[in-house]
Amino acid sequence: MHDRPVKRSNNKSRNDRSGTGGGHRNATARLLACAALAAGSLAAGPFAVAQHETAYDVADGLRAYQASCANCHGPDGDLIAGINFSRGLFRRPLTDDEIAAIIIGGIPNTPMPPTPNMSEEQALQIVAYLRSMPAARTALEGDSIRGQALFEGKGGCMDCHRVAGRGSRLGPDLSQIGAVRRAAELERSLIDPQAEVLPQNRVYSVTPKSGEPITGRLLNHDTFTVQIMDSDERLRSFVKAELVEHDFAESPMPSFQDEMTPQEIADLVSYLASLNGGATQ
Amino acid sequence: MRMFPSPNKTIVLAAGFLACAPLSADVTFERILNADAEPHNWLSYSRTLSNQRYSPLDQINTGNVQNLELAWIWQARSLEKFEATALAVDGILYTVQAPNDVVALDAETGRVFWTYHHEPSPDARLCCGRVNRGLAILGDTLYMGTIDAYLLAIDAKSGTLVWKTKVAEAADRFSITMSPNVIKDKVIVGTAGGDMGIRAHISAFDAKTGEEVWRFYTIPGPGEPGNDTWLGDSWMTGGAAVWNAAAYDPETNLAFWGTGNPAPDWDGSTRLGDNLYSDAVVALDVDTGELKWYYQFTPHDELDYDATQVPVLADIEWRGELRKVMLWANRNGLMYVLDRVTGEFLHGKPYVVHNWWAGFDENGRLIRKPDMEVTPEPKVFQPHVHGAINWQPPSFSPKTGLYYVSHWENSSIVGIEGQFPQANGVNRRQTAMGQVNLEPFFNTEDEAYGVIRAYDPSTLDPVWEHRMADITWAGVLSTAGDLVFGGGREGYFLALDAGSGELLWKASLGGQINAGPMTYAVNGRQYVTIAAGSALFAFRLGD
Repeated sequence: MHDRPVKRSNNKSRNDRSGTGGGHRNATARLLACAALAAGSLAAGPFAVAQHETAYDVADGLRAYQASCANCHGPDGDLIAGINFSRGLFRRPLTDDEIAAIIIGGIPNTPMPPTPNMSEEQALQIVAYLRSMPAARTALEGDSIRGQALFEGKGGCMDCHRVAGRGSRLGPDLSQIGAVRRAAELERSLIDPQAEVLPQNRVYSVTPKSGEPITGRLLNHDTFTVQIMDSDERLRSFVKAELVEHDFAESPMPSFQDEMTPQEIADLVSYLASLNGGATQ
Repeated sequence: MRMFPSPNKTIVLAAGFLACAPLSADVTFERILNADAEPHNWLSYSRTLSNQRYSPLDQINTGNVQNLELAWIWQARSLEKFEATALAVDGILYTVQAPNDVVALDAETGRVFWTYHHEPSPDARLCCGRVNRGLAILGDTLYMGTIDAYLLAIDAKSGTLVWKTKVAEAADRFSITMSPNVIKDKVIVGTAGGDMGIRAHISAFDAKTGEEVWRFYTIPGPGEPGNDTWLGDSWMTGGAAVWNAAAYDPETNLAFWGTGNPAPDWDGSTRLGDNLYSDAVVALDVDTGELKWYYQFTPHDELDYDATQVPVLADIEWRGELRKVMLWANRNGLMYVLDRVTGEFLHGKPYVVHNWWAGFDENGRLIRKPDMEVTPEPKVFQPHVHGAINWQPPSFSPKTGLYYVSHWENSSIVGIEGQFPQANGVNRRQTAMGQVNLEPFFNTEDEAYGVIRAYDPSTLDPVWEHRMADITWAGVLSTAGDLVFGGGREGYFLALDAGSGELLWKASLGGQINAGPMTYAVNGRQYVTIAAGSALFAFRLGD
């Protein structure tokens, strides 16, 4: 199946490596996972979530998935024919170890490339994330047309965000957000926006010796200087020693949990998920 | 040689120029056209659309240039030659990390605001390095041509893609290395790849949408005037590439591009005829792309003498009257003064040791010595097949009235061996393509040397020169501080007295200089930048 098997003995479970940082793992889950592997019965299915590691592993797996897998498989894992991670669908039933081996070794003579630099631990975190995907689908079906109206109207989203050259540059450009974020993640960002702010979207505040505090999107900083885009969308650079105060600030992104109905949020999510690119060819 | 009187060495602070607070206004075409109203900025490739590469900034001048200190270095993540000239817009520098990453830098610290990465297609093939010479700006959008022949519009604030238009097929050996020109509401760019059998064109695009508005082929098609200057179908693959910035004259609404050599380079037998419009300057109406006039520097070129230098527009005293001219130190070793309104040839003569030029006819057409055709019998040609200059941008100072050019002196043996022409330099290293790193140089001065010279445009005679042991691919900048900045393959960044050529200051930068210097000011301080090796260096006066 793969020409470059994972370099470890077959009878050694990944959980044997928990000393490398997985001390928070649940021993029972480990046993269950081992049993399932031994039985070779790991088809797609809801039980797969239960036998996996902690939320940390799933979160790490999400990041690794976005960095290494989402380009081809898509944010919902449904862009390759016959495979749909969101529905737990693989071309044939695969054990966790088999999936990890494919992630690292690739599949010869197919577009699935090897990732030789990836550790087993990372590959298994991706597996953990893949197994978690079917349970994380959003509950309500949204309407992307209504969602766009909310985005551009009631939601006030364009005060900070930009889509296809329209709107503000202060927050992340969402023109292609649907290509890199799953519906469940989009929904979480609307409800609990502080839960995860990507480093490149962090906000920074500086107070010059004379003048008001300036808050903006952090573009870069080092020991001595900091570069931000201020609220007027100007690129500004400051020498930290010349500032009274400077620090990271909370994201100004509000939660829409109490501002919108679940259906409205679903509509917004549907619109955002439809955004796959803003550039014209 | 004539020497100018000593310049006034008092320090003059152009406070009005230097104290400008950052503006948030968009870069309109009016601002680009009236660049002299904001000398702290550098809004197009050679600062003004006349391509004079002259700055009215004079905080750094002959009296204090020896106090220049390094302000910052920005290291490009690139092993390619750094040929780009940065744009400076209200405290922000925009430049290109070769081949095609756009970078926004803080002009005071050199720290990065953002980087836009373009991954060129593997189809991209270039004769002479995966390079880029810079950006253009209009409104809040930057424009870059790519080595895989796309034109990209990048948001100048966020560094994100606005639009992307395919100008030509990279797989057909088209590429773009020049900085585009923004003229009115259009972005205009030409295609490189002339040695690889393309039929080049200059194309104008709507700056807002990226849609093509007009296209001018530098080789006329069947039925068009000039097509009969190509034997058979040779026009289809005749090159005449465009890979350096144009000049624009708002009074005539004409823009001027230099065109490259006809292809194949050194064997003209398959393309008998003058090969229009190769090795020429073409004057196009920027609204329509219509050809208004042309002048061909080297008809039926067999020595690879691209005319892809930057046209310099100046208004000079000419035979007792003010004349709107174009100055052109050409790769073929001849320097020209043309009337830029009509294209009339006014004057031309060699500016390097030259052994095949016999004169010009009454129409200004080049005449070769009869025994100096390229033949199977190898013979020495002066200048070299790499010419007297390449693409490096020259400068004209309206203050001194002098035309500053960095170029080289050399020769080569050219003959045809069997079916294929061979060009063999006395020593191929004498003008080899620029590299990133410093390399040892072994030539004697008789074989080759680089030089920065000041020429009097009314006579085309040299006024002074600064010689370098190695040759130079670096452009020159002149300033109101009576300075000329330049450099060369040796990696020295130099400041010369614009009137006398005296060397006033130098810095060893540890890498070859393959770019033109530029200058800007922010928060009351003037900076001078130059790219060397794969890094950008900024200097200012010490505290």
